[in-house]
Amino acid sequence: MSLRKKTGEWIRQSVFVGPGLIAFSIIVLVPFLLGFYYSFTEWNGLDLNKAKWIGMDNLNRIFANDEKFWASLAFTLKFTAVTVLITNGLAFVLGLALSRALKTRNFLRTVFFLPNVIGGILLGYIWQFIFTKGFKTIGEFTGWPLFELPWLGTPGTGFWGLVIVFVWQSAGYMMVIYIAAIVGVPKDLSEAAVIDGASYWQTVRKVTIPLIMPAVTVCLFLTTSNAFKMFDLNLSLTKGGPGTSTQSLAYNIYAEALVNNRYGLGTAKAMIFFVLVSLIAITQVWLTKRKEVEA
Amino acid sequence: MSKAILAERRSKKLLIVEAIAIVLALLFLAPFYFVLVNSVKALGEIMVDAASLPKEYLFANYSKVWDIIRFPNVLYHSFLITALSVLGLILLSSMTAYRIVRRPTIFNKTLFFCFIASMTIPFQSVMLQLVRVTSTLELRGNLIGIVVCYLGFGLALSVVLFHGFIKGVPLEIEEAAVVDGCSPYGVFWRIVFPLLKPITVTVVILNTLWIWNDYLLPVLIIGSNKDLTTIPLAVTRFFGQYTKQWDLALAGLAMSVTPIIVLFLLLQKHIVEGITSGSIKG
Repeated sequence: MSLRKKTGEWIRQSVFVGPGLIAFSIIVLVPFLLGFYYSFTEWNGLDLNKAKWIGMDNLNRIFANDEKFWASLAFTLKFTAVTVLITNGLAFVLGLALSRALKTRNFLRTVFFLPNVIGGILLGYIWQFIFTKGFKTIGEFTGWPLFELPWLGTPGTGFWGLVIVFVWQSAGYMMVIYIAAIVGVPKDLSEAAVIDGASYWQTVRKVTIPLIMPAVTVCLFLTTSNAFKMFDLNLSLTKGGPGTSTQSLAYNIYAEALVNNRYGLGTAKAMIFFVLVSLIAITQVWLTKRKEVEA
Repeated sequence: MSKAILAERRSKKLLIVEAIAIVLALLFLAPFYFVLVNSVKALGEIMVDAASLPKEYLFANYSKVWDIIRFPNVLYHSFLITALSVLGLILLSSMTAYRIVRRPTIFNKTLFFCFIASMTIPFQSVMLQLVRVTSTLELRGNLIGIVVCYLGFGLALSVVLFHGFIKGVPLEIEEAAVVDGCSPYGVFWRIVFPLLKPITVTVVILNTLWIWNDYLLPVLIIGSNKDLTTIPLAVTRFFGQYTKQWDLALAGLAMSVTPIIVLFLLLQKHIVEGITSGSIKG
């Protein structure tokens, strides 16, 4: 009886958890663990079965003389800092405006969210046209020098080109989260503040923002990790160029492995990338959790 | 009296806010305008003036690209891969999450922790080894392979979402069904699963948007298999072959973004709700 019960329990465990566990193991777990091994090998990818153990060579090479890798890290950090600030600033202001009684509120929400449902690859191609041809025409009509810049042709403008498209794509998503939080702030609290003579912005600063800190946590976390991992947009908008000046970290790893065919070196970089992403995730969760308690 | 003035001032302020928001919204829509307008122009006209309405509408651009990228096939592949993956994800992740909630053994708790931890692993950190593993298991270049990949990568978030929801499903309903002679599998499929509808909608939406738009995984797993080429792959390949042929490229882009935009406009309410609850819980 008890044996039968045990067997039944085991079968149920296998039926419910088994298929998911198998898919997760072969697609995520095993490749991830293999990464620790392949990081120490020379592996050209063309012959998938042949990886030669070379010890610390890959890591030495990355830390000692891979300027492009560090340049792409610097680029990614700068990109992340700038886009997190602009995206969240814009999304929060939009959230404030569109949670008020505007007549075209629903239409506006739809419009701001729209770019988000389209993938980074297609958005990048669309904006490639805007930057090269659309801006040129606007420049000719208006004579504004801003539109006559070679937007995707120099490192500086290429950076801002990526920032513009990234913000355009993600602001609506964050706006939706901010709206949900702002609408959830109890009306009597903000009304009490207004009766006490607080101005609109004072109410926002002293009542709304402290009460929506959980949403702020979520949005900061999402934008930081999305910006740090930016790849699709990079590929279709600038291809990392001109040269390698707008290469994100994710793109650098991709190019090392799939363009240069250095899979071993690419894996080593990818594992460093993983460490950085987890560090950011842990720091941010820790920082914002602390803030929530204080508020 | 003063109240009326205050209200009037307030509505004037709101009007200004609304006007600014509308201008900003038009700016947000401008890229779509550029794509649509230029997708029906001849290349020569685009080069001279990329902002005005076309002098002559050239719908031939669309029919040309339709054939070049084999749009109906590509659309079907995207649909097939997305539908199968999302369906599989619903089944596997709801079952896994249910078991983890109802039987919190050490194994299941550890597994759940692994799911959460795995969500910080960026795709680039596993993609090369994944190519190796999927080649060995013959999961590359075929439909089963790409679907299994999406199951593996999508499982963690979906399980976490279902887990959070199932915790709130009262055990009493299940106990009553067991007393009535329902098997453990019957309890799940007939009693619990129908109750999961709200979170299932969220899981469907988040995964559909991701899989439909995904690029790098299909490149690595589907590769050059023409029988599985998805929309992002087809567009990228097209751009590689027809550089600077903007007349055709823009028609292709307009065509390619249409399905997902239509889907969004139809299911907008669910999508926005799904994303809000998904990102707050996930």
